Amino acid sequence: MAEEKKDITPEQKAVLKAEFDKDWRKEIRKALPLKERMKFGRQKMPERPPEERNRDFKEVNQGLDAEAAMAEARRCWDCVNPQCVAGCPVGIDIPSFVKLIEQGKFLEAAWKLKETNSLPAICGRVCPQETQCEEICNVKKSTGVPVAVGNLERFAADFERGAGNIVIPPIPPSTGRKVAIIGAGPAGLTVAGDLAKLGHEVTIFEALHISGGVLIYGIPEFRLPKAILKAEVDYLQKLGVGIRTSFVVGKTATLDDLRQEGFEAFFIGSGAGLPNFMKIPGENLVGVYSANEYLTRVNLMKAYDFPNYDTPVFPSKCAAVIGGGNVAMDSVRTSKRLGADRSIIIYRRSRHEMPARTEEIHHAEEEGIEFHFLTAPIRYFGDDRGRLTAMECLRMELGEPDSSGRRKPVPVPGSEFITEVDLVVVAIGQSPNPLIPQTTPGLKMGKWGNIDVDWKTMATNLEGVYAGGDIIRGGATVILAMGDGRIAAAEIDKYLRNKPRS
Amino acid sequence: MAKILDRRRLVPNLHLIEVHAPEVAKKCRPGQFVIIMPDERGERIPLSIADWNLEKGSVTSVFILVGTSTHKLSLLQPGDEVPVYVGPLGKPSEIENFGTVLLAGGCFGIGAIYPLARALKKAGNRVLTIIDVKANYLLYWEDKLKAASDRLFISARDFALESKDYVPAKIEEVAKAEPKIDRVVAIGCTYLMYRCSMATKPLGIKTIVSLNPVMVDGTGMCGACRCTAGGQTKFACVDGPDFDGHQLDWDELFKRRKSYFDDEIRSLCHWERSNFP
Repeated sequence: MAEEKKDITPEQKAVLKAEFDKDWRKEIRKALPLKERMKFGRQKMPERPPEERNRDFKEVNQGLDAEAAMAEARRCWDCVNPQCVAGCPVGIDIPSFVKLIEQGKFLEAAWKLKETNSLPAICGRVCPQETQCEEICNVKKSTGVPVAVGNLERFAADFERGAGNIVIPPIPPSTGRKVAIIGAGPAGLTVAGDLAKLGHEVTIFEALHISGGVLIYGIPEFRLPKAILKAEVDYLQKLGVGIRTSFVVGKTATLDDLRQEGFEAFFIGSGAGLPNFMKIPGENLVGVYSANEYLTRVNLMKAYDFPNYDTPVFPSKCAAVIGGGNVAMDSVRTSKRLGADRSIIIYRRSRHEMPARTEEIHHAEEEGIEFHFLTAPIRYFGDDRGRLTAMECLRMELGEPDSSGRRKPVPVPGSEFITEVDLVVVAIGQSPNPLIPQTTPGLKMGKWGNIDVDWKTMATNLEGVYAGGDIIRGGATVILAMGDGRIAAAEIDKYLRNKPRS
Repeated sequence: MAKILDRRRLVPNLHLIEVHAPEVAKKCRPGQFVIIMPDERGERIPLSIADWNLEKGSVTSVFILVGTSTHKLSLLQPGDEVPVYVGPLGKPSEIENFGTVLLAGGCFGIGAIYPLARALKKAGNRVLTIIDVKANYLLYWEDKLKAASDRLFISARDFALESKDYVPAKIEEVAKAEPKIDRVVAIGCTYLMYRCSMATKPLGIKTIVSLNPVMVDGTGMCGACRCTAGGQTKFACVDGPDFDGHQLDWDELFKRRKSYFDDEIRSLCHWERSNFP
């Protein structure tokens, strides 16, 4: 499933060309001809052994070392027409940062990344590079194996953090314009970073008690250590971004209240905080979780360390996770780590249609996760205490493609079967959180409960109000949210410049 | 961070907590709740709002000692801070002139019905209030509720109070004496709300209950608080907390309420061992 690709703008093209023509780039290209570069194999990401990592919450991927990173960077051809940049929702100058790594200038590489991406250590870990930059990498076209752009991004960002050498870019004098950002997730953090760097007074309003949105409550520690997120949020605060946690816009104050307080522009990045259920019998039994609840308990509330932390989560003998996306993979791998004997993915289509990243599926398989394809639950059974004991499933076969282009699962009559489970996590997607739409009169909505925006500017129908991320897309990815954030930030800046001071 | 202005024991097992939260105080309406986390390792738990003060910028709740989080709250002193105090959450209760409204509160619900009594009275209703307690030494706020209501009743299983009724019997008694009751609102433990709903069903009086199921975020994000009302799954935190007591699947509610019964005991034992060796 390829992500949408944005065309490179003429300005972007000019910047890329200017960098391409710099002497140091020419020298690197000359130093090692393409033919030589094509001989190098992709550097393997070091991983902790599956039988060790599936018992704890420490990170799975260990990151490339300097030598491996430089070797990987040598695989990049430094193309005159770098396709990879078009595949990046935030338009990172990929060739420049990769070539800086090739030269051993790791800090410079990190700074290059930060020119366009406020959260490189996060993107290097959770972006689906294989469907974005790496998918259209020219090296892939020729040799079948793309440059590991994501692993290199992670390396550069980790190097900078490890060196304790986080550079704060010069901030222009304050413009005195106040911008309110709703939600401290990937979209909101991106907008905040970009606008703070332009001298605007940015305040993020976050409903939960820790910043990060899905990065803190959703993505588990073993994929994105929370210390990394904290470092990225600290960086934003050093840029001058203010963060108000435990503040629910729509409840603690409405958008209009904030306008009264002097905020002139708004970005709504309140996310897809409304879990979907299947509406089948028994779904409210004790032991059936939404993925949001399951992951929030474990990640945000640290239930994996119960009773040292007060929030509990059910352990299980046999955990079934319904769904085939990244959230399903995170949930099922979490259940294994919490001690399940069997952790099972139940997915109604086949492996080929799974929306999860290849790497996550692969990691899950290595960790002993079972996959049951072409299967869907139709009913849950419980005991007299209302606790889940079993589920009834139905086999499916694939029919004609539906509107998403994926082949539609069709039930096989008479294929019902019952299997014992003591934990179910429903990970079939989220809808946009309705709190802001409900409390912001006049805000134009789309038909899926999403906020309607002009996709070129991320502007809503209300003046000075922009939106991005899952609140406009439904459940999508971190990097698409960040891409929205970048566009919105530029537009908000433009809007404030054109707007007379109130 | 939010500062504790007052925390004291009202009666055995029930405590009052007043927190400095001017933004919450400014916005809150009867029937809403807050989410509080007693310390960095604590749970996020919902507390019904029992009162607020705009001048002091404070919000007050009454809570009952149950598990670790509420025990931690009960040890807080004025001047202490809690890491999370967020709200006001949930939909406010419907306040209009219904005619005669009967309020029934038990346990922490005695506190929680107080803002309703005031608002309903102000909206022109005849407000009748029943306080339910097990025994006379568990009574609190009867003066405040008396002032806010047209009539105050007490149901108790205590001969000292010359009463041996549980609240449903009191409701039936009051309903018999009154020409008409247009609405009942019951707040307290799940069992009290269930019994009140069952008592009013044959009488045909619309009955609103304020649910307090297990919650995590309180903003509709997780679905921990789901319940079935009118055959449909609802999230108590954003669709409620008020529901029609005659529409609820009570059996499911009781079972979901006890989801973490064993864990609560384990957690509390762990906390007591580590803090009171």
